[in-house]
Amino acid sequence: MRRVVVTGIGAVTPLASGAQNTWQKLLAGQSGIKNIDTFDVSDIPAKIAGLVPRGQGDGLFNAEDHVSVKDMKKMDDFIVYGIAAADQALADSGWKPETDEDQENTGVLIGSGIGGLPKISEATELVNNGKTRRVSPFFIPSCLINLVSGQVSIKHGLKGPNHAVVTACSTGAHAIGDASRMIMLGDADVMVAGGAEAAVCRLGMAGFAAARALSTGYNDTPTEASRPWDEGRDGFVMGEGAGCVVLEEYEHAKARGARIYAEVGGYGMSGDAYHITAPAADGNGGFRSMRNALRNAGVNPEDVDYVNAHGTSTPLGDEIELGAVKRLFGDHSSKLSMSSTKSATGHLLGAAGAIEAVFSILAIYEGVVAPTLNLQNPSEACKGMDLVPLEAKQRKVNVALSNSFGFGGTNASLVFKGV
Amino acid sequence: MSDVADRVKKIVVEHLGVEEDKVTENASFIDDLGADSLDTVELVMAFEEEFGCEIPDDAAEKILTVKDAIDFIEKANS
Repeated sequence: MRRVVVTGIGAVTPLASGAQNTWQKLLAGQSGIKNIDTFDVSDIPAKIAGLVPRGQGDGLFNAEDHVSVKDMKKMDDFIVYGIAAADQALADSGWKPETDEDQENTGVLIGSGIGGLPKISEATELVNNGKTRRVSPFFIPSCLINLVSGQVSIKHGLKGPNHAVVTACSTGAHAIGDASRMIMLGDADVMVAGGAEAAVCRLGMAGFAAARALSTGYNDTPTEASRPWDEGRDGFVMGEGAGCVVLEEYEHAKARGARIYAEVGGYGMSGDAYHITAPAADGNGGFRSMRNALRNAGVNPEDVDYVNAHGTSTPLGDEIELGAVKRLFGDHSSKLSMSSTKSATGHLLGAAGAIEAVFSILAIYEGVVAPTLNLQNPSEACKGMDLVPLEAKQRKVNVALSNSFGFGGTNASLVFKGV
Repeated sequence: MSDVADRVKKIVVEHLGVEEDKVTENASFIDDLGADSLDTVELVMAFEEEFGCEIPDDAAEKILTVKDAIDFIEKANS
């Protein structure tokens, strides 16, 4: 089977625009979670979110750097974020296909968990108020999930496979895993893969709040709200943004002298077959997803140095994942480091798996693992494990595992290896 | 230039993101100003909003240039 490596990374997150900008803030222990001031949350119990910092200047997100004002109305924010992360990843990789052959060998697979909820919400209001004729001709393409891949392909002339994944909070990981297989099987030599999300709007907040999934106890201290494994955790914090990687067939990358961050070592999937929102109580879905990824990568549990956990800061999910990790890794679970970067970014839903893949790749490339913020009172089950509390940690990482688990009981795990 | 013409041109500049001097009366939305079929639908909606008139689909199909739009609106509003 052909080998697949990562040659470019991009990220737009609540911490910053740019993978390195985000990474530096993450390592410095900063949080991207703040009070929502862009729309009314007075009647919604959760009033905080991880919002992309906008403006001009280094690390701030300026949409017009990526999309013209004219085209902006043709896409909801998740598409704009996805295009930006793809622009960054492609620039970082130095891959600029210009011949027919190169363009046809380069594909895009960027997903989203939810898609254009804000635009759906706006258009619904028009229709319900008798203003059907005011619905924009761009409404449908502005909210369709596969239009991130579509827009990226149009902008960069990428004529290979054009696909999209929709698996809730596992989307980003599934996209990268599936795209790597397309390269392995010869459908493409290069794939731009990742996830994008921008569902922090009244409808999205009301929906997740109704499912009792969101943190509501830290509205006055937003940076403390996302606290995976901490006794005081009370739900996840919504986040927005996008993550993208450029995946490339190993010989193709080597031949053009590309920088190689890491290899996509393995990919595992599983289904819980249990409940629409709750993970199976015994953690068997996550367990099998991780086990399958290790098996696919041909690595033993004791080879894994770092786990980027799904760890959303919900009372139920965090400990179930922890239990699955302990079961899979046995004695080695006390030797590996595991952190949840959602403590700093919030939960980016369909983009989470993609930005967390970027953080896992950088852990390998730079030899440092990101911290779990706010982990002041670890629950009893955490004893004996290194959950990288509060501060980043220097550590050589040869093999990293990144977990993503989604509503519907859909699980994906990615293994990255140093090259 | 009439008030209607000024307002029409302003809308075209905003929606199509083109330079003001390109928006001559004879300019075709699709051939000269880079619009696609969805852009023209949106332009017509913007004219309706601005001038408080309704432009039926069969009439909208015949609005191909800046001048077509100005003529239609002036007639509709007279």
